[in-house]
Amino acid sequence: MTMSTTGDRVEFTERKALTKTRKKMPPELSILLVLLGISVFFEVLGWMLVGQSFLANMSRLQIIILQVSVIGIIAVGVTQVIITGGIDLSSGSVVAMSAMIAATFAQNSEWPKLIHPGLTDLPFIVPLLVGVGIGALAGFINGWLITKTKIPPFIATLGMMVSARGIARWYTDGSPVSGFTEGFAMLGNGLDRWMPVVIFLAVAAFFHVVMRYTRFGKFTYAIGANPQAARVSGINIDAHLIKVYTIAGLLAGLAAMVAIARIKTAQAGMGMMYELDAIAAAVIGGVSLSGGRGRITGTVIGALILGVMLSGFTFLRIDAYYQDIIKGGIIVVAVVVDQHRQNKRKKS
Amino acid sequence: MNSASAELMSVTDAIPVKKAFNSEYVLEVRDVRKEFPGVVALDNVSLRIRPGTVHALMGENGAGKSTLMKIIAGIYQPDRGEVRLRGEKVWLPTPLAAQEAGIAMIHQELLLMNPMTVAENIWIRREPKNRFGLVDHVAMNRMTQELFDRLNIDLDPESEISELSVANRQMVEIAKAVSFNSDVLIMDEPTSAITEKEVEHLFQIIRDLRARGIGIVYITHKMNELFEIADEFSVFRDGQYIATCASSDVTRDDIIRMMVGRDITQMFPKEEVELGDVVLSVKNLTRDGVFRDVSFDVRAGEILGFAGLVGSGRSDVAEALFGVKPADSGTINVFGQDVKITNPHQAIKLGMAFLTEDRKETGCFLPLDIQENIQAAVLHDQYVDGAGFVAENVLEDRSIEICQRLRVKTPNMHERIENLSGGNQQKVLIGRWLLTNPKILILDEPTRGIDVGAKAEIHSLITQLAHEGVAVIMISSEMPEVLGMSDRVLVMHEGHVTGIVDRSEADQVTIMDLAAR
Repeated sequence: MTMSTTGDRVEFTERKALTKTRKKMPPELSILLVLLGISVFFEVLGWMLVGQSFLANMSRLQIIILQVSVIGIIAVGVTQVIITGGIDLSSGSVVAMSAMIAATFAQNSEWPKLIHPGLTDLPFIVPLLVGVGIGALAGFINGWLITKTKIPPFIATLGMMVSARGIARWYTDGSPVSGFTEGFAMLGNGLDRWMPVVIFLAVAAFFHVVMRYTRFGKFTYAIGANPQAARVSGINIDAHLIKVYTIAGLLAGLAAMVAIARIKTAQAGMGMMYELDAIAAAVIGGVSLSGGRGRITGTVIGALILGVMLSGFTFLRIDAYYQDIIKGGIIVVAVVVDQHRQNKRKKS
Repeated sequence: MNSASAELMSVTDAIPVKKAFNSEYVLEVRDVRKEFPGVVALDNVSLRIRPGTVHALMGENGAGKSTLMKIIAGIYQPDRGEVRLRGEKVWLPTPLAAQEAGIAMIHQELLLMNPMTVAENIWIRREPKNRFGLVDHVAMNRMTQELFDRLNIDLDPESEISELSVANRQMVEIAKAVSFNSDVLIMDEPTSAITEKEVEHLFQIIRDLRARGIGIVYITHKMNELFEIADEFSVFRDGQYIATCASSDVTRDDIIRMMVGRDITQMFPKEEVELGDVVLSVKNLTRDGVFRDVSFDVRAGEILGFAGLVGSGRSDVAEALFGVKPADSGTINVFGQDVKITNPHQAIKLGMAFLTEDRKETGCFLPLDIQENIQAAVLHDQYVDGAGFVAENVLEDRSIEICQRLRVKTPNMHERIENLSGGNQQKVLIGRWLLTNPKILILDEPTRGIDVGAKAEIHSLITQLAHEGVAVIMISSEMPEVLGMSDRVLVMHEGHVTGIVDRSEADQVTIMDLAAR
């Protein structure tokens, strides 16, 4: 490039034209390869140790993806929270709280009812809205605490985690709630048992579009990347964070509805450690805990990796204790690999 | 200042003069090469530092100065070539190894631990211990006080770093580096965050260290500093060593030519612009305890410089105008209408734009790409449809136009901003505000820490914008920039406006007088 000074303005000749380019290879590709690798790994071990195929078994694949769906729905919300630079530890307890309260509106007339003895066969939309609404309210409180009292997200959602679990236990005095209407049970078993997967994929697709192509998503990334710069750019950070935490709570509530409709009962102890599985799915999927980086598609693949691993270990008849030990290791390795990749990119 | 420096000389007698060694140079770098994936950062670079001299390194951003310094400081290891200290070849695998060998470095980004005290920061890893092996805080604070007395720094050893201004943090960094008692001291743009008064103080310290036989490597972008403090200098360009000269032998233009490999005739391309109506009028603006009764007008096409020491309230006034930290009282009038600005969004809607002082802290979205950084301030209006979808395709075109206008060096819009050099990052941030079509542009230190080439481009851009009728407020600690660019200069001192000087009457002395009264 050469430069000449013409008059008083610096002008440049021979400028290399900047052209439009497609974004580079999506970072999910490498995670997808990991998913494939793990699947092949179990397939090979399956033939060697158990004498059957891991993948060529439709009912196993269905169970994997059904199990992934509940965590996956939660993880879509948690991913957004993590991209803002925050964390949500309350999802598992919010699942239990939403489940217990909503379940009492979902019972059919033949069942003895503890909380609302007079209610009979409400349409499924009522318990669904109650459950989703309770979740959204919990998320709203999280967001409000974080933005208005300026306490760290870790603490605010830790408080919600403990309190929501308490509410879940207190609401029915610890007894489980069962006997749902057929309409409500469809949420877990409809469309010939694929309903949870359909809901999960619809939620993931919707928020993928929101995160990639809308102002809402751009604000989420901007706040996570640099909150101060986001503020100077005219973004109302408090209002936006409240929305993001509310969405995370709402999705936990939705996940709770799918879960109880599928297993046909709600218990105060359900959803234990779901928050950590959701966070793990996001992190394995390349979402950075420091904020500003990550995608919904990555989280979906991350959740699938967790599901395949769980199923694979069971398939190989590996003891549950070992499963947790190995799972913990894999989460750590995923973050180490991701950081290494980022450092390399920074230096080049 | 003079009596203080005399005092300085006498107390520093306590520091031993460096012992002799068998070489003309205290530090020698020979034929160093360093590659990063895809780039050769340094190729065949050599450098020789004599003891008791200040040796400046000059070059545009990306010329390789910082990489070379990081090799000397043990942060990077050369792929080829060697580093010799006091005539002997050394291998420096870590910063600690370099420190122990006698090389101390003051980094451009301040590397202090904010929640810890001044003393803890200075003596970390070298804390004095009492007989139980626990840290002796009394001794540590005393040692810090002695160090500060020696260097004539007025700071409390027990205050937390987070309570200090940027300039004071810089002084702590300097004191820390001096405390190692090293043979070689590297300073990477030590004056980029401090004002003229503190620069003078720093130069006293440097002259004193030089008299003790220490070899000082001094990286700077400021030409006048070079002539004031440096004995010799070396120039780098695109990873290559260009030349070493004594600073008394050359002129400013010679150096610029060596640095950029071309002539830049006009450093401050100020043009006379027909001034329009008053677009921004501020009266008695006050934020309690920060600034008081600030009043001024700016006209369309005018460049109003803001001068004053760091901490005089210049940036705070800008933050109040833009609603980042709103004022407590006073009036702001934009285009003839009294307005209340309580958040940046309102300011943007009124046609204002604000390039903040700290690129990393309040400017860049480091994990995001160039386009995402450029479009951040326009996601409220015409580029977003009713459903909230962002017109990314259109915005990519606009980003490309802006990057071409500002000559941002990048292959495309999807490069992460963290991979750009400081000057290019700054251009992208300016681009963010150009995209909002501002009528009132507030620039806080628009050229801090960027190279001459980019600096000249930004100056000519500011002039062009004034031509187009934009009212510009330019805060700067660099006197030549303020004097060269401004139509009028507003000077602040401790939260008050001490004067507004017309271009024809503004000179260094007048302004320093108002700033330091």
